[in-house]
Amino acid sequence: MEKIPILRMGQFLLVTIQVDMHDRLAMALQEDLTTRISETAARGVLIDISSLEIVDSFIGRMLGNIAAMSRILDAQTVVVGMQPAVAITLVELGMSLPGVRTALNVDAGMELLKLSLNGHRANGHVSRR
Amino acid sequence: MSVVASETLPIASEPDMVTVRRRVREAAARTGLSLVDQTKLVTAASELARNTLIYGGGGTMQLDMLNGPRLGVRLIFVDQGPGIPDVDLALRDGFTTGTGLGLGLSGSKRLVNEFEIDSKVGQGTRVAVTRWK
Repeated sequence: MEKIPILRMGQFLLVTIQVDMHDRLAMALQEDLTTRISETAARGVLIDISSLEIVDSFIGRMLGNIAAMSRILDAQTVVVGMQPAVAITLVELGMSLPGVRTALNVDAGMELLKLSLNGHRANGHVSRR
Repeated sequence: MSVVASETLPIASEPDMVTVRRRVREAAARTGLSLVDQTKLVTAASELARNTLIYGGGGTMQLDMLNGPRLGVRLIFVDQGPGIPDVDLALRDGFTTGTGLGLGLSGSKRLVNEFEIDSKVGQGTRVAVTRWK
C-alpha cells in the first residue's frame, strides 16, 4: 500500500501531503505519525497541505485527531499552506478545525514550532533529552 | 434543464471516491466555475460519495453538465442501501448514525445551489445536487 513519507528534521517531523488521499491512507498517516512521534521523541509536527485541492470532513477530522494525539504525546502540530478556496469551503462545510494550529507557509509554521518549543523551556519544563 | 453531457461512475471502493473527485473537478473547471465554486462542488461530491459508499453500501454517481437555463454541473448519487428513516434529522448538523462528524449531508447542502434528497427505507437513497455558474 502507498504511504505518505514522514521526514525527520531535528526535533520536528515534516509531512507533505501530495496525493489525493483516500480515507484509508489518511488513517494510516494518523497511525504512522503517532508512532514516529513516540519513537523519535519529536516535539513538533509540521503538515504541509498546500497541494491538497480539497479538505473534506474526513480529512479535517484526521488533522484534528493528529493535533490532539500529538499534544498528548507532548508534541505541537502546525498545519501549513491551506489554499484559500479550501479554507472558505471548510468553514462553509461546518468545520473550523478547532484545536489545530495553522500557519500560512512552511517558514511561518517552523517559526511557530520553534517559538512554542522555546516558550516551553522558558516555562521551566524539564528537557526530555 | 438541458444536459449536454452525462456519465455515470461507480462508487464501490475508496479509490472510486478519488476518481469521483477528479471527474467532478474536471467537469466543474470545463463549465467555468470559479476556483472556490469548483472546490465547494468537489468537497460536496466527496462527502456524498462517502455516504453512498459507507451508508448505502455502494452505488453510482451520475455527472451531468448542464447548459440550460444556465451553465452548471449536476451530480446524482444513487444507492440501493437501507435508506434514511428520518431525512430531516439526517440533515441536521452533527447527526450521525456512524462514527463521523455528521457534516456530510448538512455540510454538502451548504456547498451547492440546489439540493434534493429522496430516500425510502429498504430501497435506497438518491441525492441530487447542482452548482450553477
